[in-house]
Amino acid sequence: MTIALPAVTPAKQPTSPLPRPTEDPRWLRGLLITLALAFMGLFLFVPLACVFYEALKKGWDVYFAAIVDPDAISALKLTLLAAGISLPLNLAFGLAAAWVVAKYDFRGKQILLTLIDLPFSVSPVIAGLIYVLIFGAQGWFGEWLRDHDIRVIFAVPGIVLATIFVTVPFIARELIPLMQAQGSEQEEAALLLGASGWQTFYRITLPRIRWALLYGLILSNARAMGEFGAVSVVSGHVRGQTNTLPLHIEIAYNEYQFAAAFAVATLLAALALVTLGLKVLVERQVKKTST
Amino acid sequence: MSVASRLLLKRHSVLPGFNLALGFALLYLSLIVLIPLSAAFFKTFTLSWGAFAEAVTAPRVLASYRLTFFASLAAAALNAVFGLITAWVLVRYEFPFKRLIDALVDLPFALPTAVAGIALTALWAQNGWLGHWLPFKVAFTPLGVWVALVFIGLPFVVRTLQPVLEQLPHDLEEAAATLGATRAQALARVVFPQLLPALLTGFALAFARALGEYGSVIFIAGNMPMVSEITPLLIITKLEQYDYAGATALAVVMLVASFALLLLINLLQAWARRRQGATV
Repeated sequence: MTIALPAVTPAKQPTSPLPRPTEDPRWLRGLLITLALAFMGLFLFVPLACVFYEALKKGWDVYFAAIVDPDAISALKLTLLAAGISLPLNLAFGLAAAWVVAKYDFRGKQILLTLIDLPFSVSPVIAGLIYVLIFGAQGWFGEWLRDHDIRVIFAVPGIVLATIFVTVPFIARELIPLMQAQGSEQEEAALLLGASGWQTFYRITLPRIRWALLYGLILSNARAMGEFGAVSVVSGHVRGQTNTLPLHIEIAYNEYQFAAAFAVATLLAALALVTLGLKVLVERQVKKTST
Repeated sequence: MSVASRLLLKRHSVLPGFNLALGFALLYLSLIVLIPLSAAFFKTFTLSWGAFAEAVTAPRVLASYRLTFFASLAAAALNAVFGLITAWVLVRYEFPFKRLIDALVDLPFALPTAVAGIALTALWAQNGWLGHWLPFKVAFTPLGVWVALVFIGLPFVVRTLQPVLEQLPHDLEEAAATLGATRAQALARVVFPQLLPALLTGFALAFARALGEYGSVIFIAGNMPMVSEITPLLIITKLEQYDYAGATALAVVMLVASFALLLLINLLQAWARRRQGATV
């Protein structure tokens, strides 16, 4: 015989006796979360989903055919080339600029900071235009370039220049706040202990900024590979020669090859998602190393 | 010590490399940014004042300014409202998939503008997922321009507000509640004023970005002269017609506008820093 246990369900204590004064009422929280999600859904998630849906609407065969299309492959190569040249140059600039701004106190620092940010506030179309004014047929060096049979505008060098322009600030922007916060005591100690300038940089500074540096490179790369306006002005749109991936998308789209345009667009959308994923990882590392 | 470091440095530093790093940074900026940008101004000097004025005030050009300005303003305004809500929700509340959603806020920074452009066009066209629900046209009208500009401006307000909200001390709100303020009063009169500088900065950043935007807009705009043609597109149209001086004149107008905005943003940020410094 078993003894029936008394039901152990005492009257439940109210879990939250009183709302905290800085806590918003439930209905308000629900409303705001709904509004925020609806806004982001409408303007972010649905467009992103649409890229993949439109790309695969006509099936995988059409999708793969669009991606291995020779023009798409050559556009991909040019995109990689432009990013591959602009990244190391902007990396060198970003390190130099951040070193100067973060480690020294000098006259005109604010001006230098504004100049670094300048490419962010210039329309991409203008970024392309200024190179046309210098290297184009009617430009400053137009005649000289023609005489020496060098093409900059409507050719690869112009595309590389435009890509460099739009990505100049990224790495410097990421490094400056971090290096300012870190100060220079460790570098001074290394120098005092007899390290050379470069040794100090490689052994002390670089390891402490590596995550921010990586983040700057990731952002820079995403922008370099995706730049459209500036590159569009200087490219000339020669298929198989001066088309980058975004320009290839534009041409396919304007020729009503929607499935092909969206197929190539999924590559860039995937790159964007990878960029965001890496960003989260890097931010976590920065938080870990700085605390 | 070299001349440059003696002239510029306010405080002596034992760290080496000032001259080298500053020299390289300035040379690079000059070659890539400053000299090319100055080319735009020099080019407009080849125009007479009358020709310049005519190029930048033609009716088609004025219509493009109006569209670019008001669509950017309206997009930044919507982003200010929903960016404030989104930042608030992301910092103060807990809900499922919050971190994923937080990460995706930066999507418009990472997604190439051409991809955004064709996706938004497909969505808002009359046979698109969203467009076919609506009794009026969005794609290929000024409304489409606005949609694209909302997309590309979305991260600015959220990302400017988030750090400010995270550092906002709760004690002021608690004090307001203790002193008898309702939650609505505390939000409106205690919390909101502290967010205002950052909100305005985010608004100005989104607005500035929208003014110069090209890639995401041209697909969805329809690009009809006088109706849905933005100024950056007009620059390209003039370039394609080999009207270099006309294109450059427009570019100079836009450059002056963006430099003025840049100055305004710097002032706003200084204000925001002072405001934050005062509360901490």
